[in-house]
Amino acid sequence: MPVAEKTELLTNAAGRSVLEVVNGRPQTPYLGVGKYRPTGTKASPPIHTAADYPQNGDKVVTDLETALRKCGLRDGMVLSSHHHLRDGDRVALMMLNAAGRLGAKDLVWFPSASFPSQKSAIELMQSGVIDHIEGSMNGPLGDYCTRGKMRGLGVLRSHGGRWQAIQDGEVHIDIAVIAAPSADAFGNCDGSHGKSACGSLGFALADSIYADHVIVVTDNLVPFPCVPCQIQGNNVDYVVQVDSIGDAARIVSGTTQITRSPDRLRIAELVARFLRDARIMRDGFSFQAGAGGIALAFVSYLKQLMKEAGVRARFVRGGSTKLLVELLEEGLTDYILDGQTFDLDGVRSIASNPRHVATSPFTSYNYHGKGNFASMVDAVVLGATEVDLNFNANVVTHSDGRLMHGIGGWQNCLASRCTILAVPSFRDRIPVILDEVTTLCGPGELIDVIVTERGVAINPRRQDLVDAVKGSNLPVRPLADIKAEVERICGGRPCRPKHGHRPVAVVKWVDGTLLDTVWQVNGTF
Amino acid sequence: MNAYPATKTLSEEVEHPASEAGRCGPDVRSDLRVRIERREHGGIEIDLHSRVEPYYGESIRRLADTVLEELGIRHARVHIEDEGALPFVISARLEAAVKRAGLGKGTRVLPDQVKVPQASARDRLRRSRLYVPGSEPKYFINAALYGSDGVILDLEDSVHPSEKDAARLLVRNALRSVDFLACERMVRINQLPLGLEDLDEIVPECPDLILIPKVEIPDQVMAVEKRIDEVKSDYGLTRPIWLMPILESALGIENAFAIAKASEKTVALTIGLEDYTADLGVVKTSTGTESLYARHRVLNAAHAAGIQAIDSVFGDVGDLDALRAWATNSRGLGFEGMGCLHPTQIPIIHEAFAPTANEIERARKILAAYNEAQEKGLAVVSLGSKMIDPPVVNRALKLMARALAMGVVQ
Repeated sequence: MPVAEKTELLTNAAGRSVLEVVNGRPQTPYLGVGKYRPTGTKASPPIHTAADYPQNGDKVVTDLETALRKCGLRDGMVLSSHHHLRDGDRVALMMLNAAGRLGAKDLVWFPSASFPSQKSAIELMQSGVIDHIEGSMNGPLGDYCTRGKMRGLGVLRSHGGRWQAIQDGEVHIDIAVIAAPSADAFGNCDGSHGKSACGSLGFALADSIYADHVIVVTDNLVPFPCVPCQIQGNNVDYVVQVDSIGDAARIVSGTTQITRSPDRLRIAELVARFLRDARIMRDGFSFQAGAGGIALAFVSYLKQLMKEAGVRARFVRGGSTKLLVELLEEGLTDYILDGQTFDLDGVRSIASNPRHVATSPFTSYNYHGKGNFASMVDAVVLGATEVDLNFNANVVTHSDGRLMHGIGGWQNCLASRCTILAVPSFRDRIPVILDEVTTLCGPGELIDVIVTERGVAINPRRQDLVDAVKGSNLPVRPLADIKAEVERICGGRPCRPKHGHRPVAVVKWVDGTLLDTVWQVNGTF
Repeated sequence: MNAYPATKTLSEEVEHPASEAGRCGPDVRSDLRVRIERREHGGIEIDLHSRVEPYYGESIRRLADTVLEELGIRHARVHIEDEGALPFVISARLEAAVKRAGLGKGTRVLPDQVKVPQASARDRLRRSRLYVPGSEPKYFINAALYGSDGVILDLEDSVHPSEKDAARLLVRNALRSVDFLACERMVRINQLPLGLEDLDEIVPECPDLILIPKVEIPDQVMAVEKRIDEVKSDYGLTRPIWLMPILESALGIENAFAIAKASEKTVALTIGLEDYTADLGVVKTSTGTESLYARHRVLNAAHAAGIQAIDSVFGDVGDLDALRAWATNSRGLGFEGMGCLHPTQIPIIHEAFAPTANEIERARKILAAYNEAQEKGLAVVSLGSKMIDPPVVNRALKLMARALAMGVVQ
C-alpha cells in the first residue's frame, strides 16, 4: 500500500492549504504574485571534459539500455523525457522500460508532460520501477494518481516552472533522454526534419543543459552536422538509433479543423471582437492562442477582423497551427514565436520560414530568467476547467477533484498584458463559474477577462479594459450575473463533491512555491 | 411509503413490460434514458446513473419523485441513465416513459416557467429562423444566443416517427423553461392530422408562431387556426399565435394565394424546396433554377395577401459563400428572410438581407427630396434630373424602416 505523506499543512497567501514537505523536500507556500525572491546561485551540471568524449564525435551506442548503463543508472534517479512528440511519443516508455529491465527501482519520472498513450507507466509504478511522476498527469495516469495509488506525491508544474525547478536545484535530473526527429552522431539534434518531425524541441532544452547525463534517441541519424540544431551535441553523452521514435499520426495532426460547435464558435468570436473593441488589436500588437477548439476558431475570427481593419501583428505565439502559419504567409504577422508545433503546416513552416522561430520555456516563461516573453504579449487566450467569482481559475482538475490536464504554459501565459479565459459557462449541466475553484492554478489578479457563450465578464481590477469596451455592442456582464443565470438553467447550485483528506499531488506556482493541493478522490471513475 | 392498500398479493403480481424514453450513451449530451417498470407495491425505487451524480444526483432523485407523484405513479422501478440533462428534459422524459407505459393519470407535468416574453408583432423582422430538432435537447439550451430572429422547435422532419410523442413533451417543456431571449418562439408541428395533436400540448405554452408543413389547401390552415382557438379558449389565452404555412408541393404552389389568405393569423408564407423538388422529380441545385417559378409564385401570393414571403433553408451548411449568393439573390427576388440549419448561417443571412449602404444612401436622398417637395408644396418630386414617382418614395420609406429595424441605421 502507498504510504501517506506525514506532514503539516500551512495556509498560503491565497488561503489554500498546502504541505510543508513534498517528497521529502521542505516547501515554501505561495506568497503572492512576484513576491517570492529566492537568492543564491543557480544549479549547475557537473564539470565534463572533452577529453573524455570521442575525438571523432561519434557518440552512437548500440541501444538505450547500453546508454543508460553507461550513464550510471541507479535506483532512485530522476529520469526526464519530453512531450514534443505528444501522444505519438514512444521514447519515454522506451526509456522507462529499459530502466526497468536493467533492474532500476524507485525512479522519479520527470516528463515535461505525460500523455494517455503512456498509461503503461502505471505498471512500472505498481512494480516499483517508478516511485512517482513529477509532471502533468491526465487520463489513466491522472486517475491512478487521484485515487491515491502513486507512492510519492505528484508535482504539477508549468512549462516555465519546470525550467525554474531545474535552475534553482529543486529537481536535479540524473539522466535526460531526448527524442530527436533528426540528430547526428555528435548529438546535435532538431525537430524540424525527419519522418517524425515535430517542430520545436524547446521542452528538452533545459534538460540538455542541466542534466548530469544526456541521451539522444533518434530515428533519423544524419551525417554531422545536423543543421539546423536546437539542441547542442556538446551537452550530449550518447546517441541511440532506433527504428521509430513515434507514431507520426499522433505527433502532429494532418488536418487542423476548426470546431463546428456553435457555442465554441460564439465564444471564439466574442474573444476576437473583444480584442478589436478594446483596441488591443492594433498595428504591431501580439497575441498567443493554443490549438484547442476555441483558440483555433478565435484565430480565424481575429484574422477576419485584422483584414477588415488593415491591422498587422508584430508577432504571434504558438502552439503553431495551420491558422497561425496562414497569418504569417499572408503578411498579417511579422513572426511566429513557436513553443510547440501542432500540425503538418506548422512543421513545414518552422522548417522553411525564417520568420517562424522556435522558442523554449527559457525564452518564454522562466521565473529565474531576466524577464521573459510571456509578459510582453498583448493578449493571450486560454481555457480553464473552472473559474470563480474572484477570477481565480483551475486548469488541472475536474470539479470532482480528478486530475484532467497538465498546467502546460497556462500559468506562465497569465503574465500577458491581457489574459482572457474562453470557457463555456457550463459543461454537461456542471456550472463552470463557482464561488471557489476546486483547485487553484491561476490567481484572479492575473486573469482579466472571462468570455463565455452568455457574455463577457471583465475583472473589476481592470477598469482600463472596462472603459475600453464601453459603447461597444459586446455582451459585457458581471461574472456573478452569468453565474446566477447558469445556476438557474442548471436547476440550482451544484453540490460540491467532498474530497478526501489525503494529498495526492501539489500545484506549484511559476516561482516554485506551493499554490494548492490535489486531494485523493475515492469512488468509481 | 404506501398510500393505498395493496390490491394484489405478491403471488398475484403481474409482469408489465418496461417502457423507455430518451437517449443515453457516451456521445449523448444533455439527455437521459428513463426506463419504468411498473409494480404493484413497494413505492418508487430510483436507480440513477448520472455523469453529474456528485453535483446533481440528489436533485435528480427529488425531481423524479415529484414528477412521478404528479403523474400519479405510486409504485415503480425507475432506471435513469443521465448524461447531464437539465431539469425540464428529465421531467419530459419521465412523463414520456410513464405515458408510453400507459400509466398514471395523464397529467401534464410542467416545469418551472421562465418569464414569458412579450407577444411577437405581426410584422416583426423574420430574416432568419433557426431550426432545432425537437428530440435533441442539447440544441435547445443555447439556441437563442446566436441572434436569429426566430427559433423553430421542430416536431416534423427532424423527429423520427417513433419519437413524436416524446418530442412534443420536450418542446412543450422547452417553451416553458428555456429563455429564448429576443427570438420569436416558433414550433413546426407535424403534418395534419398528427399536427393537431401537437397543438393540444404546445399551444398552452404560448408559442409565438406555428409553422404548418406541407400545406396544399386552405382548409389545412383553417383547421390549424380552429384547433389553436379551441385550445386557447380552454386555457383562457388571448395572446396571438401567428401562422406560417410551408408550401412543399406543386399543388401547394398552385394554391399559394388561397392558402396565404386562409387565416387572419397568417403572417408569412414560405416554401420547402427539398419536398417541392422531390414532388417535381428534379434535382435541387444551389442556384435554384428548378424552383424559380415556385418561389415567384410564393412571393407574389404573399405580397398579394399582404404577408411576408420567406425563402427556404439552404442545405449545405459548410458552404457559406454559396449561402451568401443564394441569400443575396433571394432578397433581390423579394423574400424577407430564410431558414437556417446551423448558427453559422445566421450572420451571413442577416448581412444579405440588410439594405446595402448604397441603397440606404439613395433612399435617404429620395426621402429628402420628397420632404423638400412637400414643404414647398410641389406636386412633382425630382432628384437631380429624374422624376420620382410615389411608389419610389414608398419603397424608400419601406427600406429605411427595415434598415432601422435591423439596426443598420440609427
